[in-house]
Amino acid sequence: MVIFLVMRVVPGEPAAMILGDKASPEAIARVRKALGLDEPLPVQYVRFGSDLVRGNLGNSFITRTPASEEIRSALPATVELSLAAVLLAVVFGVGAGIISATRRYSIFDRASMVGAVLGISMPSFWIGLLLIALFAVRLRWLPVSGRINVTLPFVPVSRFFLVDSLLTGNAVALADTLRHLALPAITLGTASMALIARMTRSSMLEVIQQDYIVMARAKGLRERMVIMRHALKNALIPVATVVGLQTGSLLGGAVLTETIFAWPGIGKLLVDAVVQRDIPVVQGIVMLTALLFVLINLLVDLLYAYLDPRVRYA
Amino acid sequence: MSGCDSSSANRRVRPATLAWAGKDVRRSRTVWVRLRRDRVALGGLGLFSLLLGVAVLAPLISPYDPNAQDLRSNLQASSRAHLLGTDDLGRDLLSRIIYGSRVSLVAGLAAMAVALCLGVFIGATTGYFHGLYEAVMMRAMDSLLAFPGIILAIALMAALRPSLQNVIIALGVVATPAYARLVRGSVLSVKERDYVEAARAIGAGHGRILAHYIMPNVMAPIIVQATLQTGSAMLAEAGLSFLGLGVQPPTASWGSILNDGRPYLYAAPYAAIFPGLAIMVAVLSLNLLGDGLRDALDPRLSEG
Repeated sequence: MVIFLVMRVVPGEPAAMILGDKASPEAIARVRKALGLDEPLPVQYVRFGSDLVRGNLGNSFITRTPASEEIRSALPATVELSLAAVLLAVVFGVGAGIISATRRYSIFDRASMVGAVLGISMPSFWIGLLLIALFAVRLRWLPVSGRINVTLPFVPVSRFFLVDSLLTGNAVALADTLRHLALPAITLGTASMALIARMTRSSMLEVIQQDYIVMARAKGLRERMVIMRHALKNALIPVATVVGLQTGSLLGGAVLTETIFAWPGIGKLLVDAVVQRDIPVVQGIVMLTALLFVLINLLVDLLYAYLDPRVRYA
Repeated sequence: MSGCDSSSANRRVRPATLAWAGKDVRRSRTVWVRLRRDRVALGGLGLFSLLLGVAVLAPLISPYDPNAQDLRSNLQASSRAHLLGTDDLGRDLLSRIIYGSRVSLVAGLAAMAVALCLGVFIGATTGYFHGLYEAVMMRAMDSLLAFPGIILAIALMAALRPSLQNVIIALGVVATPAYARLVRGSVLSVKERDYVEAARAIGAGHGRILAHYIMPNVMAPIIVQATLQTGSAMLAEAGLSFLGLGVQPPTASWGSILNDGRPYLYAAPYAAIFPGLAIMVAVLSLNLLGDGLRDALDPRLSEG
């Protein structure tokens, strides 16, 4: 169903796109035939479907290499970036949320909630450009784009640069990777961080008012213990949902972030493929992100049962 | 006999509807009273009204033609002649941002309207009627929800030609399932209430029950959703235009102005700063208003 929708949605006029504006109609027809685009849509769909179940996404119209190959080589960069962004968002979002809730109406609370509403309202690519303008262009502290300084003596094994540099003990490469990762991860993570902070705060405030928290305080437990042990565990249940949903939407946000930072992941690949009408690559990436998105949401549901024992899946 | 029945039914339906309408008026009044006390939300409303005013009055208040090029004075910093400076083709940034507000606001509001109409219709009908129609529609909504929003919008824009109209369609379609599910859930819970049963008993038709008895009770979450979603649609439009998949030159939207300024981050950072600021202010105003509306419409939520 999903695949069919994507299939119907994506076709445009790729043959003309590949050949450029001056191509003759005959040349366009020839390319269409070579790419199998001259056949009726249902026929294309059946062929696409039967290729798909064998793991064949078709060849890229532009590079002629299998689309699955292109996507596979770009995916680790996106995963690394997204995980870094989630990590940032969870650590700072949950942290700010807890402090805000425990010191309600304090200056920290007000400042961080104003910051959160700003964070939700800012376009991520604008944050990225501002960060580049400040830290990369003006101050020259951090690199403008890319994943790593290509002149470094570093041979990636798995394309997860952080893992590779850690495993090979290459400290220079690790530091350089982190320096390249910093700005894109902040850019991608800001909106999620803001949402998570708001959610943590309101959920925490709700939990703190409940009887068992009063009870815990009455027992004479230290405030730190009450908050971290008793309140946090229940407060985090709705936060887990938000984190899960955000992780999924980061896959989408990565498109803009990767474009700005020339980050060689699937987001940038998608934009390039759309511009060049490289249908197999576009289809592959859209399907892959949908698959990951659904998987992440499934994981969140399972995590729910762990966090909240009242939830049981029959 | 049947004529007598329907006329007596009509007589009885009217007072009942009036009573409900009266309750609605009262409720919207209390919402307004609550909203008026919320200074932050009022600020959001004021800010958004201001932006709407700017968009409507664009030809009157913008100092230059937004597309007039003057290559001799390109990439200028802010000056008395050009308050926000000029872009790489010497076009006045302030005028472009003022005119861009039209495109950005229209895109956000129209995408919201598309999603609202489609989503409310699908949600109300699938919540009210069961069977094959419901199953097919809800599976279609689920499959739309399987994609991250911006990815689906990009895929749709790849299939359609980049233009304002298609941006609106793409963003409207992307946001539809959220409304459909929201409305369907509310309809499912409201439809079993006694007063709906009573309306059915006195002979009100499906359309009448949906429009007069069910919908007024599901409006609150829809209004909040519409406000917040207009903001996210504007963000998405800016993103698409930034990628070159939205409105096409020379028409300016805030996203495309930002993209135009991007190569000159060092020489002219303001060309990227101001359009982004405009996007942020617009989305911020809607988020503040939406948060305020949610608190005003559902006071239980604001107690926490």
